[in-house]
Amino acid sequence: MTRPGTEAQPLRVAIVGAGPAGFYATDQLFRTPGLVVEVDMYDRVPTPYGLVRAGVAPDHQKIKAVTAAFDKVAANPAFRFFGGVELGRHLSVDDLRAHYHMVLYTTGAQTDRRMGIPGEDLQRSHAATEFVAWYNGHPDYRDLTFDLSQERAAVVGVGNVAADVARILSRTPEELAATDIADYALEALSASRIREVYVLGRRGPAQAAFTNPEVRELGELAGADVTAQPEEVEPDELTRQALERAPDRATQKKIEIIKEYARRTPTAKPRRLVMRFLVSPVELRDDGTGAVGGMRLVKNRLYATATGTLQPKATDQFEDLPVALVFRSVGYRGVPLPGVPFNDDWGVILNAKGRVLDPQTKHPLVGQYTAGWIKRGPTGVIGTNKPDAAETVAGMIEDLARDIHLRPADPSPAAVERLIRERQPQYLSYQDWLRLDEIETRRGRETGKPRVKFTRVKDMLAALGRA
Amino acid sequence: MTIASLLAKKGPKVVTVQPEQTIRQALALLAEHNIGALVVVDPESRPIGILSERDVVRAAVRDEAVFTKTVSALMTRDVILGVPQDDLESVGRTMTDKRIRHLPVVDQRRLVGIISIGDVVKAQRDLYRGEVENLQMELTEEHGRPTGR
Repeated sequence: MTRPGTEAQPLRVAIVGAGPAGFYATDQLFRTPGLVVEVDMYDRVPTPYGLVRAGVAPDHQKIKAVTAAFDKVAANPAFRFFGGVELGRHLSVDDLRAHYHMVLYTTGAQTDRRMGIPGEDLQRSHAATEFVAWYNGHPDYRDLTFDLSQERAAVVGVGNVAADVARILSRTPEELAATDIADYALEALSASRIREVYVLGRRGPAQAAFTNPEVRELGELAGADVTAQPEEVEPDELTRQALERAPDRATQKKIEIIKEYARRTPTAKPRRLVMRFLVSPVELRDDGTGAVGGMRLVKNRLYATATGTLQPKATDQFEDLPVALVFRSVGYRGVPLPGVPFNDDWGVILNAKGRVLDPQTKHPLVGQYTAGWIKRGPTGVIGTNKPDAAETVAGMIEDLARDIHLRPADPSPAAVERLIRERQPQYLSYQDWLRLDEIETRRGRETGKPRVKFTRVKDMLAALGRA
Repeated sequence: MTIASLLAKKGPKVVTVQPEQTIRQALALLAEHNIGALVVVDPESRPIGILSERDVVRAAVRDEAVFTKTVSALMTRDVILGVPQDDLESVGRTMTDKRIRHLPVVDQRRLVGIISIGDVVKAQRDLYRGEVENLQMELTEEHGRPTGR
């Protein structure tokens, strides 16, 4: 038998996860000279784009434009999409091994890191990721509820997700109405009684992960005054030394923006967004009913590790924050896939440069690969997944050249389709998605929004005339 | 970004050597794994030094009998150790400033990985490429097609 990758025997690749990493990898495969390849992409939700649809904030439409590039990739006749098909539920790793030469996992980081403090599991303490999935209309999260009748909320963390959550909580109904936020979320947020939103960073402004455009946006909200405390935003000695040694304009600018917030006098806007630095939650207090009634903070100071990284160290000064709603945004973490080796240290699939490793021998498993956040952990921007996917695809091509790949019993596209029709007859194809996309954007045009999302699988099927 | 994400895709394998092993054995490990340095560990797998190809080259110039010497005789003892929570940026700066090519990484004193200056450069390059990619996408959106705004 000839090596796969030719007209006579195309290389058959399964990609699990229809987010940026999966699409970038598909694009790289299609662009590989001389390679004849067919890609089947799976996702457990019926719609593609992963976090671009369910993670990127609804008031950040510009970045969602990357989906146009994904649609171009999907238009290749050698590409198929099976939406609503879940690994471990409808298909097993063995099923994939029986039908593909190579399998690529791009499932992202589906859960949040925990803070590890008492009271974390009280009611009204939420993972920011769940709130994000909820306001973005993710079918698995749309039925969650958040008690927005409280007046004070805290967002723990100072990354871009934390900034998104703080901003969405602080936006006016009018601002939100012009976005593609889920309609039930718009309704709930319009009735929100939140007056104060605290954003809590354990280090100083210079070490905060959020990027300058995100910080700047917090100062331009129609219905919320942003504020910060002068003594917390002034760089300490170690930070000043670090900046002198390696001047960095973006960081300088970030500090300036936040210092300016500390100097602002509040206008009469209905909400306040309070940025706090050098504080860590140590406990969430029970209000007596099993829900958050307050948060105890410890103040931190910075110390330098051996490599010069400035890290927080708790002092003996505490403070109580009267918040009754908490969103944890201290990082994402990957979830193990059934039948795929996992590296618990880092919360990723066990891999070396994208080749999945056997946990016993530490050698690569034949024909199994990974890319994106489930490969390297949750870092970088959407575009970072392009070089990341390229690294993995380079390994795939290298292995193919050495004839290292799975030997599937039946690699024909028809055989897979038969199997999926049997296991998950309600799956959505890319054609189905493009029809939904058209309906969503049409509904948006009628109401002055980018789109109105379908948030229930049964509504999607009904719109396609399949319910 | 922390260096945890560099370690996450390097697999669990850190090639180590014991201080009483010979330089010949150490060189065999360097060649077998195609790497430039070995972390020297004590019986509890805690790093106590690092042996780089340069350490061996320097010694070999003076001493024909280098192969039979022990690792402990040639290794660098004063090793800077990283932790997974270290920022990529400060790690890169420290490695450049102090001319360190390999940084063992420990978590609660347990060796969890090693990072080379090449890993750092590649990670920084990928971050910049990612940002450029994002900016290009946004520009294409603004100028390439109607945005409705």
